[in-house]
Amino acid sequence: MFRRTTGQKVFAVFNTIGLVCLSFIFILPVWHVAMGSISDPLKVSASSGLILTPLGDATLGGYKLVLNNHNILTSYMNTIIYVVASTVLGLVLNILAAYVLSRKNLYFKSIIAFLVLFTMIFNGGLIPTFMVVRNLGMLDTRWAIIVPGALTAYNIILMRTSFSEIPEELYEAARIDGAGNFRILWQIVIPVSKAIIAVIVLFYAIQQWNAWFSASIYLVHQNRALYPLQLTLREIVLLSSENSIVAEADGQDVEIYRPLIKYATIMVSVIPMMVIYPFIQKYFVTGVMIGSVKG
Amino acid sequence: MKKDASQAVEIQVSRGKLIKRDLRRNWSLYVMALFPLAYFIIFNYVPMGGIVMAFQDFNIRKGIFGSEFVGLKNFIRYFNGPNFWRNLRNTLSISLYGLLFSFPFPIIFALCLNEVRNKYFKKVTQTISYLPYFISVVVVVSILNDFCKANGLLTQIAAFFGDNGGALISRPEWFQPLFIGSNIWQHLGYNSIIFISALAAIDPELYEAAVIDGAGRWKQTLYITLPGIASTIVVLLILRLGQIMNVGYEKIILMYGPSTYETADVISSYVYRVGIVDADYSFSTAINLFNSVVNFIVLFIGNAISRKISDTSLW
Repeated sequence: MFRRTTGQKVFAVFNTIGLVCLSFIFILPVWHVAMGSISDPLKVSASSGLILTPLGDATLGGYKLVLNNHNILTSYMNTIIYVVASTVLGLVLNILAAYVLSRKNLYFKSIIAFLVLFTMIFNGGLIPTFMVVRNLGMLDTRWAIIVPGALTAYNIILMRTSFSEIPEELYEAARIDGAGNFRILWQIVIPVSKAIIAVIVLFYAIQQWNAWFSASIYLVHQNRALYPLQLTLREIVLLSSENSIVAEADGQDVEIYRPLIKYATIMVSVIPMMVIYPFIQKYFVTGVMIGSVKG
Repeated sequence: MKKDASQAVEIQVSRGKLIKRDLRRNWSLYVMALFPLAYFIIFNYVPMGGIVMAFQDFNIRKGIFGSEFVGLKNFIRYFNGPNFWRNLRNTLSISLYGLLFSFPFPIIFALCLNEVRNKYFKKVTQTISYLPYFISVVVVVSILNDFCKANGLLTQIAAFFGDNGGALISRPEWFQPLFIGSNIWQHLGYNSIIFISALAAIDPELYEAAVIDGAGRWKQTLYITLPGIASTIVVLLILRLGQIMNVGYEKIILMYGPSTYETADVISSYVYRVGIVDADYSFSTAINLFNSVVNFIVLFIGNAISRKISDTSLW
């Protein structure tokens, strides 16, 4: 385009170097864990600082232990159940609410909109919500993890914004053909809104994949059979109870590979996300853009 | 338009008739709205009713309707207790320092990225910057713990600069820097999206005109780029200021421990500890209500300012 001066060339070089360094900072913590998870366990416990290449002979012993452990496998399955169930529930309710709020000439629309929006700025708080979940008989069941928090006002607003951009003529044409709202939603709005639906599905799914808190308070009796992966991860890594969780595997292996358990468990929970995020990140960017138009 | 005329007539029609017609025409929309509204009523509005616990000496056997009312006792107990000032101080300090240090980075990152000519390099860098956003809080805190244990990376770096106090994670003076620093790491890329798109929206002709006028790269940044994204910056800043009393507990309670309560315990984490760990339900609800009300007021003020300065507001 334009000729670059020496100053600009120097700037470009430093800028590139700076951005490359920054990229390394984003990656290195995960890389460290990945390399740690396949290192020689004795060397891992003795090491300090960053692990850039596997220490000693690479081993999959840590993964073998983690993947043979039924607590970890169960919580993996649980997380999948929770993600699918709460995403489906959230998405269905989200689509209904967004569709209603995107329609014009609705007498009670402002009341509905208010009831939705108000949940964004005020809530009952931790204990009153806990009491409601308790009174619904959901404590110590999967429902307590799936249902509360499955629907968020912010996502409704995002979807409503996107629905409102569908040309009104499409609705008019359908109405002339005698289609009711349910048919219009199913046959017209949903098929042309695949992009925003993908965005919302990902928002709900990733939120649930990474969630641990509701499970930690609603599973009052700490029934491990219902734990999601993140909660098991927390017990192993942060509360250092790898003994009680993993020890039932054969004892000797646990002793040898104990330093690797933390790293391997982290990797097992992070790998699926690392594999898919480059492909889905564009949907998140879309979501942010829609949100910025009408926050 | 014909519609306008018919609407003008409708104003004459009584409200009752209007509602009747609306219900007849839009009944299916109201049926649809029923499901999400029922959800919000059960999980958001019924708990709001449960806030009366804050004014009771709540007993889980007697329930909300049977428990004794004690007025403002729980609030007074909190304001007079030793935790109030510590919680308030930590909440404000974490969110203000957080704002001060974490707000500029996404802007600088977006500006640097904007100067990159190679499209491929730009795309890859941007994608890498989103990576931490997709990692769960549990994993982030796990890695942080690993880096901050006695022989961890960050502890080693601190030791290199003459800090010999041992594992950073259990030391109160390190809690807030670590908390804010890891937040920056996790959210920098994601928070830069909005600035990158604001930068992309600047009219390229402005730059061409500036070059013809003899403006260098630096002057272009100063007179075109920055003013171009100034409104985005102001709006986001005000919205962030509206959240100033709102520090979430999820990451705090994963990170802190009794040895770091002094600098780590914020209002929301105290609400959690009192309510869930100690099962002191009324006291916890009272503290939570105090926090929510203050939040609400601050948000309201921030929003009013935002609406005055720009067109952007939450409602």
